[in-house]
Amino acid sequence: MNHLVIAPLLLPLLVGTLLLVSRRTLSLAARRSLSLAAIFGQILFAIELGFLVGDGTILTYHLGHWPAPWGIVLVADRLAVWMLLVTSLLAGCALLHAMHGTDQCSRHFHPLFQLQLFGLNGAFLTGDLFNLFVFFEILLLASYGLLVHGGGAARVRAGLQFVVINLVGSTLFLFAAGAFYGLVGTLNLADLALKVARLPPEALGPAQVAALLLLVVFALKAALVPLHLWLPSAYAATSAPVAALFAIMTKVGAYALLRVETLMFGKQAGILAGLYTTWLLPLGLLTLVLGALGALAATELRLQVAYLVVVSVGLLISAFGLGTADGIAAGLYYLVHTTFATAAFFLVADLILRTRGWAADRLVPGPALPNAGLLGGLFFVTALLVAGLPPLSGFVGKVLILRAALEQPVWPWILGVVLIGGLLGLIALARSGSLLFFNVRGGGASAHLEAGATLPTLGLLSLCLALLIGSGPVFDLARATADQLLDPSDYIHAVLRPIGTGFEP
Amino acid sequence: MSLIIGVLTAGGVYLLLRARTFSVVLGLALLTYAVNLFLFASGRLTIGAPPILAPGVSRSTDPLPQALVLTAIVISFAMTAFVIMLALRARAELGNDHVDGRDPDDVRNREGSEA
Amino acid sequence: MNLSLVVLLPFVGAVLAGWVSHLVRMKSAWTAGAVTLLALLCLAPLAPLPFSGQTLVWRLGWIHQIGLDLVFRLDGLGLLFASMILGIGLLVILYARYYLPERDGLGRFYAYLLFFMGAMLGIVLSENLILMLIFWELTSLSSFLLISYSYRKPESRRGARLALAVTGLGGLALLGGLLLLGKLAGSYDLSVILTQGEAVRADPLYPPMLVLILIGAFTKSAQFPFHFWLPHAMAAPTPVSAYLHSATMVKAGVFLLARLFPVLAGTPEWTWLVIGAGLATLLIGAGIALFKHDLKGLLAYSTVSHLGLITLLFGLGTPLAAVAGVFHIFNHATFKASLFMAAGIIDHECGTRDMRRINGLWRFMPYTATLAMVAAASMAGVPLFNGFLSKEMFFAETADFATGFEYGWLLPALVVLAGVMAVAYSLRFIHDVFFNGEPIDLPRTPHEPPFWMKAPVAVLVAICLLVGILPALTVDPILRTTVTSVLQAPAPEFDLAIWHGFGLPVVMSLTALVGGVLVYGARRPLFRLATRLEGRLEARALYDGLLAELTLFAAWLTRRLDPGSLPWRVLVLLLTVLVFGVLGSIGSGSPLTGTRALLPVDGVSLTLTAGLILVTLVTVALHRRRFTALVVVGALGLLVALIFVKFSAPDLALTQLSVEIVTIVLLLLALYFLPQRGPDESSTARRWHDGMVAGLAGLGAGVLTWAILTRPLESISDYFIANSLPGGGGANVVNVILVDFRGFDTLGEITVLALAGLGIHAMLYGLRLPGMTQDADGRRWNWDVHPAIMAALARLLLPLALLVSVFIFLRGHNAPGGGFIAGLITAVALIMQYLANGVAWTHRRLSNNMLPLIGAGLLIATLTGLGSLVFGYPFLTSSFTHLNWPIIGDLELATAMLFDLGVYLVVVSTTLLILIHLGLMHRATHPGEESA
Repeated sequence: MNHLVIAPLLLPLLVGTLLLVSRRTLSLAARRSLSLAAIFGQILFAIELGFLVGDGTILTYHLGHWPAPWGIVLVADRLAVWMLLVTSLLAGCALLHAMHGTDQCSRHFHPLFQLQLFGLNGAFLTGDLFNLFVFFEILLLASYGLLVHGGGAARVRAGLQFVVINLVGSTLFLFAAGAFYGLVGTLNLADLALKVARLPPEALGPAQVAALLLLVVFALKAALVPLHLWLPSAYAATSAPVAALFAIMTKVGAYALLRVETLMFGKQAGILAGLYTTWLLPLGLLTLVLGALGALAATELRLQVAYLVVVSVGLLISAFGLGTADGIAAGLYYLVHTTFATAAFFLVADLILRTRGWAADRLVPGPALPNAGLLGGLFFVTALLVAGLPPLSGFVGKVLILRAALEQPVWPWILGVVLIGGLLGLIALARSGSLLFFNVRGGGASAHLEAGATLPTLGLLSLCLALLIGSGPVFDLARATADQLLDPSDYIHAVLRPIGTGFEP
Repeated sequence: MSLIIGVLTAGGVYLLLRARTFSVVLGLALLTYAVNLFLFASGRLTIGAPPILAPGVSRSTDPLPQALVLTAIVISFAMTAFVIMLALRARAELGNDHVDGRDPDDVRNREGSEA
Repeated sequence: MNLSLVVLLPFVGAVLAGWVSHLVRMKSAWTAGAVTLLALLCLAPLAPLPFSGQTLVWRLGWIHQIGLDLVFRLDGLGLLFASMILGIGLLVILYARYYLPERDGLGRFYAYLLFFMGAMLGIVLSENLILMLIFWELTSLSSFLLISYSYRKPESRRGARLALAVTGLGGLALLGGLLLLGKLAGSYDLSVILTQGEAVRADPLYPPMLVLILIGAFTKSAQFPFHFWLPHAMAAPTPVSAYLHSATMVKAGVFLLARLFPVLAGTPEWTWLVIGAGLATLLIGAGIALFKHDLKGLLAYSTVSHLGLITLLFGLGTPLAAVAGVFHIFNHATFKASLFMAAGIIDHECGTRDMRRINGLWRFMPYTATLAMVAAASMAGVPLFNGFLSKEMFFAETADFATGFEYGWLLPALVVLAGVMAVAYSLRFIHDVFFNGEPIDLPRTPHEPPFWMKAPVAVLVAICLLVGILPALTVDPILRTTVTSVLQAPAPEFDLAIWHGFGLPVVMSLTALVGGVLVYGARRPLFRLATRLEGRLEARALYDGLLAELTLFAAWLTRRLDPGSLPWRVLVLLLTVLVFGVLGSIGSGSPLTGTRALLPVDGVSLTLTAGLILVTLVTVALHRRRFTALVVVGALGLLVALIFVKFSAPDLALTQLSVEIVTIVLLLLALYFLPQRGPDESSTARRWHDGMVAGLAGLGAGVLTWAILTRPLESISDYFIANSLPGGGGANVVNVILVDFRGFDTLGEITVLALAGLGIHAMLYGLRLPGMTQDADGRRWNWDVHPAIMAALARLLLPLALLVSVFIFLRGHNAPGGGFIAGLITAVALIMQYLANGVAWTHRRLSNNMLPLIGAGLLIATLTGLGSLVFGYPFLTSSFTHLNWPIIGDLELATAMLFDLGVYLVVVSTTLLILIHLGLMHRATHPGEESA
């Protein structure tokens, strides 16, 4: 029983609680350093876990020392650790950016931030359907808090809508979980996988409904068409570091979809086999197109970035929807890239917003930027990343996905949609760039950037660069992860293997 | 039972589709009842067999769903509280209790055009 | 290693040039020049290899799994292009050094220029096609940056965006095409692909792949119908036009045609597509060029037409045509670059490029004039200049090709027509600019430019002459090596003599020359015609319109999809659910009702059901009379609780009950700040369709419940019942599950509570709201002192309630109860104080900062869980002992209870926190109450 598995959960929980208790007593500096230290710790944990699961071992952690499926079990396989690492790295940069002002306007930022991480890590690690629901609630409530953080009419409005929509989503989740329990009488994912595979044909109807309900829930989190409507307004309204952290939020949905798709509805899933794969690809492509159109139509940079997030979700889900090892691996590579890239873009948008005076981030001719050279460079690079243009990681991801897609019979559709989507994104970004940096008019801009304001952005960009350079090894890992996912027997075996029952003195 | 759940859901959904925060909150409450009952029922219904072990009592209903429902109730309580307060905040920031924070008039106009 | 260095150097140089300009003024030009020279020196030692028939390949692994490596190759074709890029690049830099005004920010210019140079070298030296595509896109980007270099001019911005959009489209298409090609050939490496020609051409995927690749090539080389971006790219500074948009970048397309010639060429698809595009471009370009009054405009369109000529040659598909194509690439690069530079000089000296005003410059700048005239003559294809040689080969090839077909003579005819135009516009360039009377009100009086500005032109023109007069000695070997690498086969026999004896090609050349002179003679009426057609054949307007339409459509669609209204979003969500639900159940062919026997329907459940339904309907009906609705919802909660009781779930009943009370109180207090009545703003139609959706949703939920409840279930729960006492040490299985089996859920659950408290605190801190001074029916609220009896009663009740909660808490593990319920009871008790004694009174006795308490609760729970780690057991492992307390009797103490204590604290403090905030707002609105 390796306690390292639960460490990524306990650390943010404890630190968050401490920050909560000592709100008044600790100075801002102390709170910041504590928060940063916690995230640093999480990065280390994630890396160490990475070494442990790298060879394909699956670590399980039976909470309360109760055997699965009765107790709740945490599972650290390649995919889970992959997500943990991405999350903690992203969180580090977002937090650094938050230290340029965002976290000063109230004392609650850091506790909320840490508890949000608690929720995220939990969602990635847990191996129990209902527990997943609980963690979804945690990260949602934390995100509500962060979203509204700082106040302002726009944020509150966006917050209200975000909250209500997600509450409906939670209700659906409960319906789905209840339905699954009602059908097979268990909640542990691995056990579900076993029992769903054994369902008799006459149970197909309710089982399908339950599965599709679950699909809707996760699709809502992942902002898949037509459930993407909540995302743009919410992301555009909130503060930059929060939006950057939210770059991982849609990925939680994507993660859940991938996990369930491969574990519960894979080839071996009996009557429900391949249920998700049939849906994910078309939905993903549709999302891609609508997102690209939204980006083209956007009138504010932040809104445009939000729609580009939708685009990336579309591409990601289409990759997962291919259902092949290459497709999933490409998706995983792209997931890392797009998480960092979109987050970086939100930060850049914030930098522009702060220095562009009256024009803010509206896509209209405006005052010249004081740090035009620096910001222009950042914008250019980030735009290349997000638009998936060479030579950066976005392009590699796109090539990987398309290459995997060519093996499918429907490749012309995928190719067409992805390429057209890319073109739309390119046109939209070219317009924004030339409006923001070239089409200068009107009064002089306001404040210069304080020193080090660009560091977090640079951090994210260098992560993307590292990803680009290390593409080879990273793709190997992704491929290994995909293979592990496509053969869930290891997972099931690892989770359900017996341990001693409850502990008695 | 399914009748009850059905009706509750229907009512909740209808209120959810209203344009005022308060009725939305009520709608969510109704939906919560519905889903709790559903979750509870997913362990099948038994009468007179509380899941409390006592000497001599052999049969007992399925305790797990009850535990889940308890958790669900608490969480939904937290959520409800949060939404109410958010509604108040929204009213303070936006000056009305419309879910879109818009002036009801132009909302009515839009609905008029849609209808 | 050297090879990769050649590509790498310019990129390094780009950074350097950008950086140097900050240090030393105006040194960036020299840096750029030095870097280019260095790259040339790196290339020089490798040059002999291709001539000896070898192909140099240098590889560095990258994403080897998918066959994407950093791998470069040097063969004849690559060498020719690389030396053109570097050589002309050097001249252009030298030229730009004098052409561009001496001011800061030139670092940016040279950085972009070197950036482009590196990208272009990458294209021509890549062995891996994906790698080549990467550089391909980089050239598009650098061209975007260079065109928009003088970004304050709107035409620069628009031209840049247009170029990027078109070439970007091409790049994406090319990506698709190359991926397909790689799939067909089984590798992205040229050395493999070039051997797979047969297989590739035979494959059914060949046509789509060809089309995609051709789109890429045509957009880059400005072939019809993608030709329109190039003239607008001329908004760039003239050195850029000379370098990117005539000599190198636009050649990337034809380079690609040459590169993949052995793989793709020879099929009918190839022939017709490529010849068609080439011919169309040739004619259109030549036609428009003649009528452009702008010097650069004329050159731009003539470039378009010459690119068409080269494309056409590769389209013919014969080896000799390939020779001619490569030859013309080289020639065109020399004379067109020099012409652009000359045009730049004229612009620089006269301050305008309008040929209607620039006349008779011969007197002012004879040297420049001579150079320009030589270059123009070469462009026209006059003997003794290099243009003549390749053009005659071109005529010959088209003539040969034509013999095969009926109406084949059309091709040579049209080609000659294009030749005529070429001669005409070349003539115009010479005559109109340097002779033809006096200049008309020029901004400046022109004179010869500085020597170093002419030098690059001179060099290029010299090459034109040398090649034109002594082809066999100069260009012949280069051409042979190049062609061998293009064809991947020995070069065909050809001899580059000026005079092959009298034949059809000579006739065609002469016709072109004579015809050209005649056309130019008759230019006046033609111009008049042209002015009438002005703007008719402007593809750019089409593009703009298209893009505008697209944007409008996008905006419309996005707005339509998301009017930003919550009910709409919820509706979409619900509809999605319904659709999926229907899809899931329809066609599954599974029976609705399972085999499980149903419970007997007795009176109690019947009345419960009836009551519930009734109450729900009432709620819906009255939802606008909010107070009433609230009360009814309360009743609803109670009924639900009763159901729990009925179906043997005492814990749930208790919880439901207490939660209900708290929630209702909260809602009541909140309602105080909200309008008492919701306005009726839903149209009947909307009510109906909402009602419909609601009905369907209800139906769905009901059916699902039915379908599940009527099926038998074997669940995992027996284990809990079996292990609750021995393992968890509690008889109340539900509670044991909560605090032990699934204690982690509970931990999460109280985290949620804590977060809610935190969030609410963050939201409402210091928030002030106007309360209602009147209720719905206009009665004033009553501010009387709270009724004494009630107050007294409440204070009396408090300790009692606390006692009860403790009791519930302690017994929770074995009988219905537990930390959560206990917490709620305490909370309710304290709420009573609020209601009875008013906010002020309570505040005097109760701290209003609850967050630490919440934190403490959370901490206790977590630490309890951590405790077990000390004993080497997993998180949240419980242990318990029994001890016999006096009075209370046997009571067992489990770590789980400690955990429960955490739950208790969180619940109490969160609930109170919320209330306190409401209270604060309340007090803020009625300070008068303080006196109470």
